[in-house]
Amino acid sequence: MATDVHRPVTGTPHRADTASQDTAGTTDTAGSTPTASAPTVVRVDGLTRAFDGRPVIDRLQLDIRAGEFVALLGRSGCGKSTLLRILAGLDRDIEGTALVPRRKAVAFQAPRLMPWKRVWRNVLLGLPGKPERAVAERALEEVGLSHRSHAWPKTLSGGEAQRASLARALVREPDLLLLDEPFGALDALTRVKAQRLVDELWQRRGCAVLLVTHDVEEAVLLADRVLVMDDGVIAHEQRVDLPRPRDIADPRFAALRTGLLERLGVEAPSAAPAAPSKAA
Amino acid sequence: MSISHAPPQPASDISGKERPSAPGPAPGEQPELVALVPSSSRRARVPRWLRRTTGPLLLLGLWQLLSATGVLTSDVLASPETIARVAGDLVEDGSLTSAMGVSLQRVAIGLLLGTLVGTGLALVSGLFRIGEDLVDASVQMLRTVPFVGLIPLFIIWFGIGEAPKVAIITLGVSFPLYLNVYAGIRGVDSQLIEAGESLGLSRWGLVRHVILPGALPGAMTGLRYSLGIAWLALVFAEQINADAGIGFLMVQARDFLRTDVIVVCLIVYAFLGLLADFVVRTLERLLLQWRPTFTGR
Repeated sequence: MATDVHRPVTGTPHRADTASQDTAGTTDTAGSTPTASAPTVVRVDGLTRAFDGRPVIDRLQLDIRAGEFVALLGRSGCGKSTLLRILAGLDRDIEGTALVPRRKAVAFQAPRLMPWKRVWRNVLLGLPGKPERAVAERALEEVGLSHRSHAWPKTLSGGEAQRASLARALVREPDLLLLDEPFGALDALTRVKAQRLVDELWQRRGCAVLLVTHDVEEAVLLADRVLVMDDGVIAHEQRVDLPRPRDIADPRFAALRTGLLERLGVEAPSAAPAAPSKAA
Repeated sequence: MSISHAPPQPASDISGKERPSAPGPAPGEQPELVALVPSSSRRARVPRWLRRTTGPLLLLGLWQLLSATGVLTSDVLASPETIARVAGDLVEDGSLTSAMGVSLQRVAIGLLLGTLVGTGLALVSGLFRIGEDLVDASVQMLRTVPFVGLIPLFIIWFGIGEAPKVAIITLGVSFPLYLNVYAGIRGVDSQLIEAGESLGLSRWGLVRHVILPGALPGAMTGLRYSLGIAWLALVFAEQINADAGIGFLMVQARDFLRTDVIVVCLIVYAFLGLLADFVVRTLERLLLQWRPTFTGR
């Protein structure tokens, strides 16, 4: 599978074949960026998923190391959500190899809380054994939602529901956290807060994250590595070695974003940035 | 916006005593302001139960009025007063209470059996595709047969004791429950089922934590229909070959042309129906409080 040679920010060019372990120049500027020696938590090789004979994912290669934050970008309908569903174990009509950790959790675009269970029961849903409420309370406190623990989901605001959904994912102590456009349905301000929360949680938990999104800025803001999916494969890979917390006003940030947008077929605008609404 | 403009113009009005001649609103003229009354003060503070009982009470008053003025003669329909007296007599000699007991028991047993059969079949065809193929077509076919038409057959099968009466109620109750529970199960949001799967719920866990609670609103609707049908089935069943129960009391009264007793029995039916509705309402309030639906103003 041919992938592009990307342009690393650090200046030391190296091949970014997604199938190979990224051994060479992982400049560890971000502190929490996993080192090359970290074990692999996702190994996908020659993965194919076809709908009615039309392959949406076509012999895809992907490796994610423990503790790595990977963002997956792509045009609408390019198969990025399909890939996430496959990794979540929700879609088994596949060919090829896909190895994922046993402990994984998903947060969807819609919070998908069970409306008939109070928030804390939603958080504990599906955990093995008979977990105590305190377990849920701890997870809810981590996302800043302990005061809504006894509430019905219908009384939560959009941001609160999404945080509850995150708590439900985190309480499983996943090695891999799959996020399917979790900020897509939030308003701009809530989204900024939610992105920061995810950033914090990831740094604290140290689990690998695969974030599916169509927001380039969000991807560059959060991820160690941004993948662009096209024609059923990872068509482009971009390391992001900016220090955290990242500043979208940083010229390097803008350069990365412009490059990725071009990859997605959006020409660089002459003047204004693509999404001025999220100025930090 | 007009308020901020207001001061200069009124000042000149007062001094000059000259109305603006233009027919349209002058730039400084104060538009008419309407007070927005808070909804809590506008709404009458009548308790809900009282509001709900007002309608029937008004109807009763009208009836008494018509009887008292002679528009409604007693051989057509006895007056509420007479009916109350007759009801008192019937309760005193114990015939009404024992009849109610017998009828209630029939409904209870029929409802229980019908609920078991209806929800059981709905679970089988709702949860398993093979169950759907086997059960659904047959139930949909049988559903179209008017269950009252089966009474003669049931009498041949079960004799003239309690069995055919309970069987008729069971049959009547099963179908609405089946249809609504089945629809409820199939109407559960597939996204929630997927979320449950991703949370690692087992098949039984999915049924217990996602599918059954999701089907509960449907089941409640089914229960309401079923209760209505249960009383209907009871009336039919008790008018044939019964020797006890409210229906029997009615048949007897018909033979003696006692409209007052008939009306008493009808009222008892209505009262029991109301009671059953109250039970379902309470159940709904307890079990469906999570539902994000409009509850009326």
